Order: sequence, then C-alpha cells, then structure tokens
Amino acid sequence: MRNRKEKWLAFLLVSPSILAVAVFVYGFIAWSIRVSFSAWKGMIPDYTFVGLKNYIDLFTNNQRFQIDIRNTLMFTTIFVLGTLILGLLTALLLDQGLKGEGFFRSLYIFPMAISYIVTGVVWRWLMNPAQGSRISGLNLLFHTLHLDFLNSSYTATPYWGMAFIALPAIWQLSGYTMAMYLAGLRAIPDELREAARVDGASEFEIFRFIVMPLLRPVTLSAMIILGHMSLKTFDLVVAVAGKQLPLDMPSINMWQTTFDAHLYGSGAAISILLLISTAVLIIPYLFFSLRKESQ
Amino acid sequence: MNRSRARYWSYIPLVLLAIFYLLPLYVMLVTGFKGGDEISLKQMWFLPKAFNFDNYILAYQKLSPNLWNSLNVVIPAAILSSILGSLNGYVLAKWKFKGANVIFPLILFGMFIPYQSVLIPLVQFMHNIGLYGGLPGLVLVHIIYGIPITTLTFRNYYASIPNELVEAAKIDGAGMMRIYTNILLPISIPSFVVVLIWQFTQAWNDFLFSVVLTSPKNWTVTVALNNISGGQIVPWNLQMAGALLAALPTLIVYIFLGRYFLRGMMAGSLKG
Repeated sequence: MRNRKEKWLAFLLVSPSILAVAVFVYGFIAWSIRVSFSAWKGMIPDYTFVGLKNYIDLFTNNQRFQIDIRNTLMFTTIFVLGTLILGLLTALLLDQGLKGEGFFRSLYIFPMAISYIVTGVVWRWLMNPAQGSRISGLNLLFHTLHLDFLNSSYTATPYWGMAFIALPAIWQLSGYTMAMYLAGLRAIPDELREAARVDGASEFEIFRFIVMPLLRPVTLSAMIILGHMSLKTFDLVVAVAGKQLPLDMPSINMWQTTFDAHLYGSGAAISILLLISTAVLIIPYLFFSLRKESQ
Repeated sequence: MNRSRARYWSYIPLVLLAIFYLLPLYVMLVTGFKGGDEISLKQMWFLPKAFNFDNYILAYQKLSPNLWNSLNVVIPAAILSSILGSLNGYVLAKWKFKGANVIFPLILFGMFIPYQSVLIPLVQFMHNIGLYGGLPGLVLVHIIYGIPITTLTFRNYYASIPNELVEAAKIDGAGMMRIYTNILLPISIPSFVVVLIWQFTQAWNDFLFSVVLTSPKNWTVTVALNNISGGQIVPWNLQMAGALLAALPTLIVYIFLGRYFLRGMMAGSLKG
C-alpha cells in the first residue's frame, strides 16, 4: 500500500519535466508540422491547409533549397571524414602511454569548450581569401613558410566554398572524436595485442586485423553523432560566412525564410525535413544504445 | 626495444597537431594585445610589441552588458536543469513506474532534434505567455531543452548504484524523498559538477535561441559578438579581443574542471 503511494509520488515528481518535454518537443513539432501544411505567409498566422505544397515547392521550385542540399552533403562528407581520420590519428598517437599524454589530450579537446561563434569569428580572419599585396591569415602563414601550394581562396572558392567551412568544424570536433576512440582503444585488452605480437604479427597487422575491427562500433557511433550535428550546423556557418547564398545551409534558410521573409509555411517545411533527416540517424541509434544497455 | 624507441617519433605529429589546435587561440590572443599601429593584417602572426590592454578594455565596455546577460541566463538555467535532471534520473533509475522505459527514450530524443523544428511554435508561445524578448524566457528554454541530457547523466549514475542500498533504506522505513536527500543526493555531487558545467557551457555557447528569442538589449554575448564580427565598423583587433572575452568563461571552466567536462561530453553521445 505504502509502496503504491510512493510510486505515485515518484511519478508526480517527474511529471513537470515530462509535461515540459511533451509540450516543448512533441507538441511543438506537431505544431510545426501543422504550419508546414499551411499557407501561412506574413505576420498573421494562417492555418489554411495546403497539403504538401510547401514541401513540393522546396524540391521543384526553389533554387536556394537545391544549394542547401548540395552544401549539406558536401559539408557533411568532408566534416565527418576529416573528423574521424584526425580523431583516430590523434587517439592512436596518444594511446602509446607517452609522457605528456594528458596535456596533449586536454589541448586537442579544448575547442569543444568554445562557442561556434567564437570559432567562426577567428577562422573567418584565418581563412581570408585576399591575395597579392593584401594577403593575410593562413595564406600569409603558408607564404612565409614557403608552402605556397597550400594557398587557397577558402570559402570564396567557386562551387567548393562550403567544403572549407568544414575546416573549423573539424578543428572544433576532432578532439571529441579522439576521446571516443581513446575510450574504445582502452577497452581492447593488452593480452590480445601481446598474443598477436608473440605470433609474429607486425604492428600494422595488429592495427589492421585486431584494433580496427574492434573500433568499428566506435566509428559507427561517431559517424551518427557527427552526421546529425553536421545536418544541424548553424552558428558556425553564420559566423564564418555571414549569410551568403553559396554558403547556405537548411538551418539558415529556415531561419531567414521564416523570420525575415515571413514565409512561415515554407520555413516550417524546411525545419521538418531537417528533423526527419536527423531522426533517421538518431532513432535507430537511440534504440540500439538503450537496448544494449538493458541487456 | 625497437618499438619503444619508435614511439618517441610520435612527438613530432603530436606537436604539429598541438600547433594546429592552438593557432586560432594564438591569433586571438596576440591580436587582442596589439596597438593601433600594428593591427595591419600583414602583421597578423607577429607577437605584439608591447602588451596593450586597451582592446580588451574597449571590448569589455562594448560587450559587458551582453556578458552579464549571458551570465544571468546561464547560471539559473544550469542550476535548475541540473536539479530537475537529478530528480528525473532518480525516479527513472530507482522508482520505475509503468511506462518509464518508454518515456526515457522519448525524453532523450529531445536532445538530438534540430531546434529549428520547434522554433516557430516556440516564438509564438513565448509571445503568448509574455516572455518573448527577455531573459527569463531564454532561461526557461534552456532549462526545458536541457532536461534530456541532465536526466540521462543522472539516470546513468543512479542506475550504477546498487539497488540493495535503496532496498535497505526502505526496510529501515525511509521514504522516497528521504532516500534521495540522505543517500543518493550526497554521493551524486560529482555528477552535479559534470551536469552543471556541461549545461553552463552549452547555454553560454548557444546562439540560435538567443538570436531568435531576445531583443537587442537582451542579446547574449554570442549574438553580440556575431553582430560586430566580419564587418569594418569594429576594428579586427577589437573583434579578436571580444572573441577571447566571450570564450574565456567556458575556457576557464574547461581548464580547471576538464575532467568533468569530458564526462559530460561522453554522456552526450550516450557513451557515459
């Protein structure tokens, strides 16, 4: 009897949070879906139902959204690959028990503590595309070091500009990936590697046939986490690029379409497409992570 | 023997990588100290001739209202969402009610959504309840969207505490709240540190909620910094000094409490 009362009390204790999440996450998503099916343009809400019109227009009649899709794919590919490679490399370097390991580890992770806006403000100057007598930033550094072949127009490069915004993103998140890989490497028992060494395996063979396969789950998790972050990228692009059409992302498009152009129906449709693309990655991930935990 | 000697070659890439990670910080720091005669972009990589604090003072004067706005949002938001997370985590780990195993992933999903997908209703809602434009509304938003990660961290921690501890206390006649305040709360102080600094950092670094929900006089530091950046109106050495000021609070927390920061970071990928 008393136990039952306690259980009710427990439920009562979490109910404000459950209610808040129910309203602010699920209620608002449902509301956004409703807006995305509406003709709402201008300041006054207009919920006239127009079906999938806003979605169809985005795919058939909206050049900006085509740029967004291309940019998202380009940014995601380079950012995820770059972050995984750099993260794995640094983790392998640090996993050898060298002196100063903790120092280097902290150093590689510190960008995670900084806001994307700060990162963007600084990298914008580092990636200054100016040439000739006005050369500065990284280009100037490369020139001074006689590494002129690294000279680049960065985000001003036609077509590939978006790829360069991945650079500060890699800078910011490779430490995070490194931490994930380090945790994975620490979980591999030393005996496994020792046994392979006794059997005459080279260090490369140990890496290729023992370490890499055991790190595959880490790689998968990291890809999902980074991939979903990349789809949502917003602040960093705003800070590095301002709001330029060639460097647009769905998140920025949604913001401007909704709050500057007041095309609420279209803005909501972009936001729901963004939600679907992240949910496709995250829902299976949540499902498998929690199932593994309960076993 | 051979292997251990070879390890030392690793210091070369390690140092090169360290330079890569420090470059932006270096530029930010040295530029902030430069006087008016050495702010040409050509001298970007040189050390300053003398330590000149004028830029930092000017940047502080310019950004101080925004820095204080950020602080006033971030501290209550971090504290309240941590308390809620701790209570939720306790119930979801030790007092599972029917459906708790369904509710938990539903709450967790909230931390992965692109916030754009709730933005239109959020703005409308804030208008309707009269919290649009001000700081209390922003605090509320950070608390609510902070619930998933804080709940996750505490639930995982409380789940690792043996159930026997709770059962023994029950037999001794302790109620649910007594068990929480007398047994679990005192041992979860490290988790509080993890969650507090994670929420502090996340809310401090937020841009989207602040830019959409606050009026210019209530802008947090990220919005104000973005506003002065890139243009010619504010000289670039001042922009760099401002960027450093905006980064300093979270950097200091990271330098002194990095271990806890790392645990929060791993919890975010469900790998805590």
